[in-house]
Amino acid sequence: MTKKDWPLWEIFIRSKQGLNHKHVGSLRAADAEMAVENARDVYTRRSEGISIWVIESNNIHASDSSDADMLFEPSNTKVYRHPTFYDVPDGISHM
Amino acid sequence: MTKNEALFNYTLRLGDDSLILGQRLAEWCGHGPILEEDIAITNISLDLIGQATNLLNYAALIENKDRNADNIAFLRLEKEYCNILLVEQLNGDFGDTMMRQFLFDAFRKPLFEMLQFSKDKQLAAIAEKSLKETKYHLKHSSEWIIRLGDGTEESHQRVQNSLTNLWRYTDELFFTDESDTILSGLGIIPDFSKIKEVWYANVTAVFEQATLQIPANNWQFEGGRKGRHSEHMGYLLAELQYMQRAYPNMEW
Amino acid sequence: MKVLNTEELNRKFQEKIDNDIKIEPNDWMPDAYRQTLIRQISQHAHSEIVGMLPEGNWITRAPNLRRKAVLLAKVQDEAGHGLYLYSATETLGADREDTIDDLHSGKAKYSSIFNYPTLSWADMGAIGWLVDGAAIMNQVPLCRCSYGPYARAMVRVCKEESFHQRQGFEIMMKLANGSPEQKDMAQDALNRFWWPALMMFGPSDDDSPNSQQSMKWKIKRFSNDDLRQQFVDATVAQAALIGLTIPDPDLKFDKKSGHYMFGEINWNEFYEVVKGNGPCNKERINARRKAKENGLWVREAAMAFSAKRAIKKSA
Repeated sequence: MTKKDWPLWEIFIRSKQGLNHKHVGSLRAADAEMAVENARDVYTRRSEGISIWVIESNNIHASDSSDADMLFEPSNTKVYRHPTFYDVPDGISHM
Repeated sequence: MTKNEALFNYTLRLGDDSLILGQRLAEWCGHGPILEEDIAITNISLDLIGQATNLLNYAALIENKDRNADNIAFLRLEKEYCNILLVEQLNGDFGDTMMRQFLFDAFRKPLFEMLQFSKDKQLAAIAEKSLKETKYHLKHSSEWIIRLGDGTEESHQRVQNSLTNLWRYTDELFFTDESDTILSGLGIIPDFSKIKEVWYANVTAVFEQATLQIPANNWQFEGGRKGRHSEHMGYLLAELQYMQRAYPNMEW
Repeated sequence: MKVLNTEELNRKFQEKIDNDIKIEPNDWMPDAYRQTLIRQISQHAHSEIVGMLPEGNWITRAPNLRRKAVLLAKVQDEAGHGLYLYSATETLGADREDTIDDLHSGKAKYSSIFNYPTLSWADMGAIGWLVDGAAIMNQVPLCRCSYGPYARAMVRVCKEESFHQRQGFEIMMKLANGSPEQKDMAQDALNRFWWPALMMFGPSDDDSPNSQQSMKWKIKRFSNDDLRQQFVDATVAQAALIGLTIPDPDLKFDKKSGHYMFGEINWNEFYEVVKGNGPCNKERINARRKAKENGLWVREAAMAFSAKRAIKKSA
């Protein structure tokens, strides 16, 4: 599998003046411009959005899940556990 | 030539350009370099088919001979189509497709910007609607030209070849004849030399950012506007027209 | 801080599900739940993407401008659905490109219906009416499944899917009410897609080992047989409305149960097609693999450019 995959971006859309941006999903893009354009194509095809925010999934910081007090694990502050959010040094294969 | 004949010719040309390019882009469906780009290309194709429908409907209205957008789109002989050669070229690789798109979009944006002030209300309305979409198409294609031109060595080589091969079809974007002279005289269409200036400035700026060179050899092809097409057109029309030819006079 | 053992974690997890509390990406979940979902959702995503091909190949031959535009929009929707679903799998820790590589290598499955060829324009109607119809039956209950991102993706999908089915049925209706050639075309498409559509619901529940656990976890809400029966009952009436005949000599309305009894499905065919021996399996996978291979230079270029820009910015 090539490591040349485009990073994952989370998409937030404000569909109408007066509303908050809402998280609608994610997509792949090589840069922020492309992420916004892709978001427009995927998430606003039926004029569902007037404002688009994109952020690399890796850059979102999240609070611990509600299960945190039940787990014997270091706290996880990523929005979810995606393999590419965790940098693995070169030379380590099969991960 | 009457004003209406000139207007019919003009609208048909714009409509055919949108129709044929929309048809070409539809061939990418399911084969794009990444899922998001598949959606983007299909989106552009959809916009162009929409434009073609509006333009050819208007052409039928002007002609006033009981035709409609569908029989104009599907039932003419090859020599009656007047799209430029650029839009009927094969898709090739993604770079070829983006280069064809960019050269075309960079022409349509200034065209529609000026055409929305046409003295012909209907044409102005079509231009205003199409302009919104075209701005987006141009943003998308010019960004791709820059990414590919200034990406890897391989992408640079490929898209430089695309430019070298497609440059010969660009003069035809600015083809004018008696129809255009009549219409610009009446304030219905803009002066094409003005459009060419804007187009040239834009494409050279983008090519500079993309580190691409315009070929030194400026040998140009034309013929599409006059109904003399490339070898590709026959195959394209065979696919486009098949259903209407095999099942004539039916409703779908 | 209270630390629970696996048994208690499982119990609390099941409790959430029983109380219709959604499971979200960072919540604790049994590994089997995670893996089952990854497999189920990615299979669904692959189906949407592969499904673009049998319909996509008729866009350039659509019989008029409106049909061309509508088909373009439909196939674009399918790409979007695939994307929503891959997006949901990623929240479970699966990498989209890994699951796609599994599709290309034959490791991952997708809905077998897309391994059948589209031979006429009427197939566009049959697919919208029957295939999307069957998909809707499956998808509507999933809007209430236990995993948050999957349920939300399904809500989006269902909103768009009803347009697909309506447009398919409209095509069939137009053909069935048209010329004799058109009516023939419609009947022929129905003849070819009916049984594969029934197979979309999967094997009988007796032969479906994972069904029980999936229902307990609320990632499957109704049994395969139940959904299939629902589909038959709805569709037989629709076919009658437009004067087409379901290609099943054993089809009979049973007054007592209020359902349509139908003939035996050719399960041999089903398993062969799922195994990879359908009429178009190789072509579909080859097309997807080629698209990814041919696109490698493009994706690399975009990454290289983005890296150059990042360097320029920080300079």
